[in-house]
Amino acid sequence: MIKLEYYLIVSTLMFFIGIFGFITRKSMIAILISLELVLNAVEINFAAFNRYLFPEQMEGMFFTIFGIAITAAETAVALAIIINAYRLIGDININDATKMKG
Amino acid sequence: MEYSILILITPLFLFLFLGLVGGKLRPNIAGIIGTLGMGFCAVLAYSVAYQYFFVIGKTADSWQSIMPINFEWLRFTELLHIDLGILLDPISVMMLVVITTVSFMVHIYSLGYMHGEVGFQRYYALLSLFSFSMLGLVVATNIFQMYIFWELVGVSSYSLIGFYYQKPSAVLASKKAFIVTRFADLGFLVGILILSYYTKTFDFATLTANNAELVISSFAGGTFMGMSLVSVALALIFMGGAGKSAMFPLHIWLPDAMEGPTPVSALIHAATMVVAGVFLVARLFPVYFFAAPDVLTMIAYIGAFTALFAAVIAITQTDIKRVLAFSTISQIAYMMAALGVSKYGDHDGLGYMASMFHLFTHAFFKALLFLGAGSVIHAVHSNEMKDMGNLHKYMKITSITFLIACLAIAGIPPFSGFFSKDEILAAAFHNQPIIFWTLWIVAGLTAFYMFRLYFGIFFNGKRDYEHKPHESGLPMAIPLMILAVFSVFTGLIPFSEFISSDNKPFEMHIDMVVASLSVVAAIVGIVVAYTMYFKDSNKPAAVAARLKGLYTASLNKFYLDEVWMFITKKVIFNCVSRPIAWFDRHVIDGTMDNIANVTQKASHRVRGLQSGQMQRYVAFLVAGTILIAILVLIFV
Amino acid sequence: MSPIINLLIFGGLAVAMLIMSVMAITTKSLLRSATYLLLTLICTAGFYLFLNYHFLAAVQVSVYAGGVVVLFVFAIFLTTKKDEVLVKHEYRRYVYGALIALVGIGLVAYTILKTKFIYAANPSMEGDAQLSMADIGTALMGTGKYQFLLPFEMLSLLLLAAIVGGILIARKDKKHGEKEESQY
Repeated sequence: MIKLEYYLIVSTLMFFIGIFGFITRKSMIAILISLELVLNAVEINFAAFNRYLFPEQMEGMFFTIFGIAITAAETAVALAIIINAYRLIGDININDATKMKG
Repeated sequence: MEYSILILITPLFLFLFLGLVGGKLRPNIAGIIGTLGMGFCAVLAYSVAYQYFFVIGKTADSWQSIMPINFEWLRFTELLHIDLGILLDPISVMMLVVITTVSFMVHIYSLGYMHGEVGFQRYYALLSLFSFSMLGLVVATNIFQMYIFWELVGVSSYSLIGFYYQKPSAVLASKKAFIVTRFADLGFLVGILILSYYTKTFDFATLTANNAELVISSFAGGTFMGMSLVSVALALIFMGGAGKSAMFPLHIWLPDAMEGPTPVSALIHAATMVVAGVFLVARLFPVYFFAAPDVLTMIAYIGAFTALFAAVIAITQTDIKRVLAFSTISQIAYMMAALGVSKYGDHDGLGYMASMFHLFTHAFFKALLFLGAGSVIHAVHSNEMKDMGNLHKYMKITSITFLIACLAIAGIPPFSGFFSKDEILAAAFHNQPIIFWTLWIVAGLTAFYMFRLYFGIFFNGKRDYEHKPHESGLPMAIPLMILAVFSVFTGLIPFSEFISSDNKPFEMHIDMVVASLSVVAAIVGIVVAYTMYFKDSNKPAAVAARLKGLYTASLNKFYLDEVWMFITKKVIFNCVSRPIAWFDRHVIDGTMDNIANVTQKASHRVRGLQSGQMQRYVAFLVAGTILIAILVLIFV
Repeated sequence: MSPIINLLIFGGLAVAMLIMSVMAITTKSLLRSATYLLLTLICTAGFYLFLNYHFLAAVQVSVYAGGVVVLFVFAIFLTTKKDEVLVKHEYRRYVYGALIALVGIGLVAYTILKTKFIYAANPSMEGDAQLSMADIGTALMGTGKYQFLLPFEMLSLLLLAAIVGGILIARKDKKHGEKEESQY
C-alpha cells in the first residue's frame, strides 16, 4: 500500500533540491529550471492530498491544473525577460544583471 | 485701551518686515519706515498716557491698574500659569512714554549718524526688536512675561552692541554684555521659581496686592542658610535687576558695551535696558518692602556704593563714551539707592517716587548726552578727549544742548535733574543719613566729571583740525534740540501726583536744606572743573600726580575687570569648566560616539546583506522561514 | 496489480524523479538541464497516474513537457553561446545551499512523519474510479459550489497578460534593432 507520506517525502526532497539549485546556480535559465522543480513539488502535494484526504472533491486537482497554467505563463514571461536581458548585457549570468541596482 | 497692544505689535512687525525684506529696500527707505513706525508708536504711547492719566486711570483717590489684554498662554499646574498681556499702571505708562520718546529720537538721529553704514537696514530692524522687547518688558502683567522680554532685551542688546561684528572688540563687548547679564538672569530665574513655587502665582497684581500679604503668608518663615527664604528669592531677583542695571559688581559689561554705535548706547544706556533693573525693583516694590526689608536695605547700600564707585571712575576716563557710561552706572545706582531708602505709602514713599522721577528725567538728559557725544564723535571721528577741544565755535547746537544736559545731570535748578535728584537726596536724608552723604558726594563728583567732559570737548584742548569739524545735519540736530527741551522742562512735572509707592497721589515739596546742599555740591564741582579744565593748565596733571594711586586705580576701573577675568579664567575655567568639559568629552561624548560607532559597524555588516543578489535574498528568505518554523515547533 | 509491484513501480518512479531533478540542477550544460527537467516532469505525470488523475497527467505532459520545456529549449538556444558551459561556481554557495536544503528537508520530513493524517474512507486508486471528463468539464465551467469558472476565467486573463507581456518584453525595439543589425 502506498502511503500519503511517500508522496510528501518525495515532493519535499524535490522542493529542497529546487531550492538548492535556485541558490547555487548562476545562469538565469538554470534558476528558472530550479523554480520549475519547486512548483512541481508543490503540485504533487496538491494532488496527493486531494486523493488521500478528500477524494470526493476536486479542489486539489484543479489547483494543480491552475498551477501548471500559471507556471507556464510565468515561464513565458521570465524567458522573455531573460532573452531581453541577454540582448542588453550579452550574458545570462544572474550576477551580471546589475542595471537596476540602486 | 485695547489699542495699546499696537504699541507692541508695531515694532515687532517693523522688526520682521525690516529683518526679512529690509535688505531689498534702499537703506534710506528702510530707515524712514523704521522711524515712522516708531513715531507712530510714540504717538500711541502718548495717547495711552493721556487716556490713562487724564481720563480713565484715576479712581477716587488712587491710580488703578488696568489690564486691557491678558490671555493665558501656558498652564503648568492648577494654579501656576504664564499669561501674556498688558498691564497699565502709572509706572508702566510712564515707561512707555520714555521708551518710545527716546527710541523715536534715536531713530531720527540714526538716520544721520548711521548714514551710509553697511547693514543700515539690519540696524533699524534690531532697533525695532529692541524697542519691542523693552516695551513688552514694561507692560508685562506677570513676572514670567517680564522674564521673557527681559531675555529678549538681552539678546537684542547683544546684537546691537555687536553691530560692528567685524570689529573684534565689538564682538568681545557684546559677548561680555550677554554673558554677564545672562549670568545675572540665572539668579533672576531661580528667584522667580522660588517665589512662584511658594506663592503659586506669577502675577504682579496678586503678588503686590494688600501689602504683599500673599508673599509673606506663603513663605511663612521658611529659611535658607540663615536668611529667610523670601529674602533669598527676592535677592536673587534683584541679582537679575543688578545685572541689567549694571550694579556693582556686575557693571563690567556696560562700559565695554560702548563699542556699539553711539545712538545704540543712547537707547540702551539711557532710557531702556539699564533701567530695566530699577523698573523690576519698582514693580515688585511692595513685595520687597513688606516681605524682605533687609534686601531693600542691601539694595540701598549697593546702589550708594555703585554710585560713588562709578563716579570716581568716570573722573579719570578719557573716552567720552566711557565717561558717559560710568555716569549712567552712577545715575542708575542713584535710582536704586532711592528705591532702597524708600518707605511705603504717602510721603514716606518719596524714595520710590523720586527714583521713578529720576528715571524719567535721566532718560532724556542722558539720551541727550549720548547723542551729543555721538554728534561730536561724528565730527572728529574719535572717541578720545585728546582729539577734541574748542569745538564750541564749530558746533554751536551740539555745544549748547550738551551744556543743558550737563546742567541737568549736575542738578542745577531749574533743569530737570535738579528736581529729581533733590527728591532722591531728600528721601535719603530722612531715612539713611550715610546714604545721603554718599549720594551728596556723588552729586558733586557728577557735576565735576560732567563739566570736565564739557570743557574738555568744547573749549580747552586741541585747536587745529585737519578737517574742519562742522555741525551735524538736521536729522541729528533736531533730536538734540527736542531732548534739550525735555531736559529743561520735565522737572517741572508734579510727578508725585502721578506716581507713588501706593498709587495714591501726594503733594511733594522741595526740601530747602537738601536742595541747597545739593546745589552747593554741584556748583563746587562745576567750579573746580572750570578752574582745572577750562583753560590749558597743568593742574589736572598735578592733582593726578598727587593722588597717583587713586588715579591709576580709577583709570583702570579699580581693576575689577581683571578680578573678574581672574575669577572666570583661573577659578571657574580651571576648577569647574575643565572637569565638566572632560566629563562631557570623555564620558558623555564617549558614550554617544560608541553608540554611533556600534551602529555604524552594525550597518556596515548589515549592508552586506543588501547585496542586490537575488539568490542570497532567497537563501535568507528560506533560511528565515525555516528558522521561524523551527521556533514554532519548539515553542508552540 | 499486487501492492508489492505497485510499491516497486512507485519507488522506481520516485527514485528516477529525484535523480533527474538532482541532475537537472547540477549539470553544467543548460540543455541537459532542461532535458532532465523534462524527464522529472514526465515522472511527475507518472505520479498523477498513480493517484488516478489521468486528466492531470495528460495536462502535465502536454503543457509542461510539450510547452514549457520547449520554451526553455528555445530560450537556451537563443541565449547560450556555442559550447558555453557554466563553470563559475562558488564553494560557499554550495555549503549554504546544502545546509539550508538539508535543514529544510529535516524539518519538513519531521513534521510530515509526526503528523497523523486522517485518510478518507476510500481513497480509491482503482482504474475504474477515475474522474470522468464530463465531471471535470462541468466543474471547470460551472458557477456553483465547488465549481471553478471564475478562477478559470482569471487564468485565461493571466495567460493573455503573459502573452502580451512576453511579446512586449522580448520584442526588439524597432529602431534599436535596426541599428543593431546594421552593426553586424
